[in-house]
Amino acid sequence: MNYQDEFRDSRIVKGIAAHIAELAAKAGRTMTFMEVCGTHTMAIYQYGLRGLLPPQVRLISGPGCPVCVTPAGYVDKAVAYSRLSGVIVATFGDMLRVPGSSSSLMEERARGADVRVVYSPLDAVKLAERNRDRCVIFLGVGFETTTPTVAGSIISAQQLGLANYFVLGSHRTIPKPMEVLTADPELGLDGYICPAHVSAIIGADAYRPLAEQFNIPCVVTGFEPTDVMQGVQMLVRQVVERVSRVEIQYSRVVKPEGNRKACEVLEEVFEPSDAEWRGIGVIPGSGLAIREKYAAFDAERAVSVRVEPLREHAGCRCGDILRGKITPADCPLFAKGCTPEAPVGACMVSSEGTCAAAYKYGI
Amino acid sequence: MNKDLILLGHGSGGKLSHQLLDELIIPTLSGTPVSGQNDAAVITHDGRRLAFTTDSYVVDPIFFPGGDIGSLAVHGTVNDLAMVGAQPLCISVGLILEEGFSRHDLRLILESMRRAADRAGVTIATGDTKVVARGSADRIFINTAGIGVFEHELELGGGNAGEGDRIIVSGTVGDHGIAVLANREGLELETEVLSDSAPLNGLVAEILREGGDAVHVLRDPTRGGVATTLKEIALQSQVSVTLLERSIPVHPQVRGVCAILGLDPLYVANEGKLLAIVAPDAAERVLERMRIHPLGKDAAVIGGVTAAEAGRVRMETVAGGMRGVEMLAGEQLPRIC
Ligand code: SF4
Repeated sequence: MNYQDEFRDSRIVKGIAAHIAELAAKAGRTMTFMEVCGTHTMAIYQYGLRGLLPPQVRLISGPGCPVCVTPAGYVDKAVAYSRLSGVIVATFGDMLRVPGSSSSLMEERARGADVRVVYSPLDAVKLAERNRDRCVIFLGVGFETTTPTVAGSIISAQQLGLANYFVLGSHRTIPKPMEVLTADPELGLDGYICPAHVSAIIGADAYRPLAEQFNIPCVVTGFEPTDVMQGVQMLVRQVVERVSRVEIQYSRVVKPEGNRKACEVLEEVFEPSDAEWRGIGVIPGSGLAIREKYAAFDAERAVSVRVEPLREHAGCRCGDILRGKITPADCPLFAKGCTPEAPVGACMVSSEGTCAAAYKYGI
Repeated sequence: MNKDLILLGHGSGGKLSHQLLDELIIPTLSGTPVSGQNDAAVITHDGRRLAFTTDSYVVDPIFFPGGDIGSLAVHGTVNDLAMVGAQPLCISVGLILEEGFSRHDLRLILESMRRAADRAGVTIATGDTKVVARGSADRIFINTAGIGVFEHELELGGGNAGEGDRIIVSGTVGDHGIAVLANREGLELETEVLSDSAPLNGLVAEILREGGDAVHVLRDPTRGGVATTLKEIALQSQVSVTLLERSIPVHPQVRGVCAILGLDPLYVANEGKLLAIVAPDAAERVLERMRIHPLGKDAAVIGGVTAAEAGRVRMETVAGGMRGVEMLAGEQLPRIC
């Protein structure tokens, strides 16, 4: 048995499920927990974990997929950049197929735009090094997990003296929207499965204000099936005991204080800003913008481009999905007008999107 | 979405490829909108059955751990013939070379093709070479076509899976795709993952000798991987398939790379693996026979066929939950073969 298998053993998972059922029966009511990390969304679908939970425990997905929460206008801007001559757009693969108002990066690539898939922003810096006569624009889309590496890429571009590396940023922080969603009486959330990777950077203490001021249980949870089940068990126990605190299930990776070094790199390059979230709207202080000091690397400030007027797709309910208001099956387009081959909304495109997960792994 | 554009995903072997075939290519070329293609066509001439197939190779990089574009092009066509139960007889080779390509590399590729053909027992009977201007192709593209003959009366096809059948995979899944990808992206791995590219006709002969007409379907899960292939079979045979994730063999390195890159090994291409769908009473015997063959030593039963809910593929996950399995959507890895 290797390292991974031990966290995926069905006997252990089912044992935890039995404990959860026992505890939940004590609570005597249904409870709803939200995960706010795309990797959790995927893991829950991928391992079929919902089917193992008792009927009193409901898991819903929130705004955990960075590609999904990025508004359509961002894609339009990326498309506009890709149409400029002398520009290479570098991106994580997930952004390629996200539909903008009238096109996507994949379509632009088929028409001749130079769009490259990279696995890390540092690969984009290397591209810029090798193509000094062209502008490389990296699409920085992500939460606190990705942002430090983007910050690192800007710092190394500066050290290399590159004047042709730019970042089109859509960087966000996760705790702020959690506050907004907790306050929504319609959702009636009973607890959060807090992200694993993000928390490894920002630290579990980042959820303290949330747990304390909004009286909502928070458990930082890993991605393996036994992790998720244990995280749910800890949440149910808090509900039964009527307490709200931050607990760390994923203690083999996450510390209360997080990763100071990564945060320092992030803070060197980025500062808090307001950000628009698809489906939620503008949340003050929930974004990260490139500091003035590094403005030369900010695509929006350094490379001007004309963007087509925004046209949202009628009927797409990504916004409601991201707020946890509906599940994919509630969207009239799901698996009919909207499939991974012909996606209408970002939630069907991203490998971490809730609609994509439900389509791919649903039973 | 602009419907006129051909996208990379149309070549992924997944759902978009199927759409292009079913909506445009097959109806235009043959006049019949047949869905449910097999790896090779079986034609009857003068009362004799012949198998015929073709495939093009555009893999990047052209040399990768465990193989190269030349051996891959021979194995691919040999395997397509083998999957309908035919013994490959001869193949053709079409080369498209980019101006400026190295003669040295071409020689290495040709020598590798020759070795692959010898190993598979096929003759390279005919061929063609074209050179295009720099930039009009990327170094070298190869097309191969092949003819196979039948030494038995058995009829194999994606439409023959039946209730109760067992599903056997001949070894670890995802090796080829990850070997090519890791090499292309310069991923540094502790131990190198090798492509599984190999001719499967020998293994197929063993399977058919042991299983006879209890062998219902043979398929090599290339682009789109095991998941896409099983979904195709479930649709063609109008049956449902249930997999047991725990029993699917995956090389630990492949699993590791997949975890890092967010890929699912079930969707990653194989070039030397096959899926055999076999009647339940013969499954154990066929499995034992496969394990004796070097290309089947890691063979395993990974699931079964049930009659309810046509076209469904489901999997009991390692965690004990159930989930659905769909075809690959969009492009997972372009230029993998
Ligand atoms: S199914 Fe498609 S249209 Fe409906 S919410 Fe999801 S992404 Fe949007």
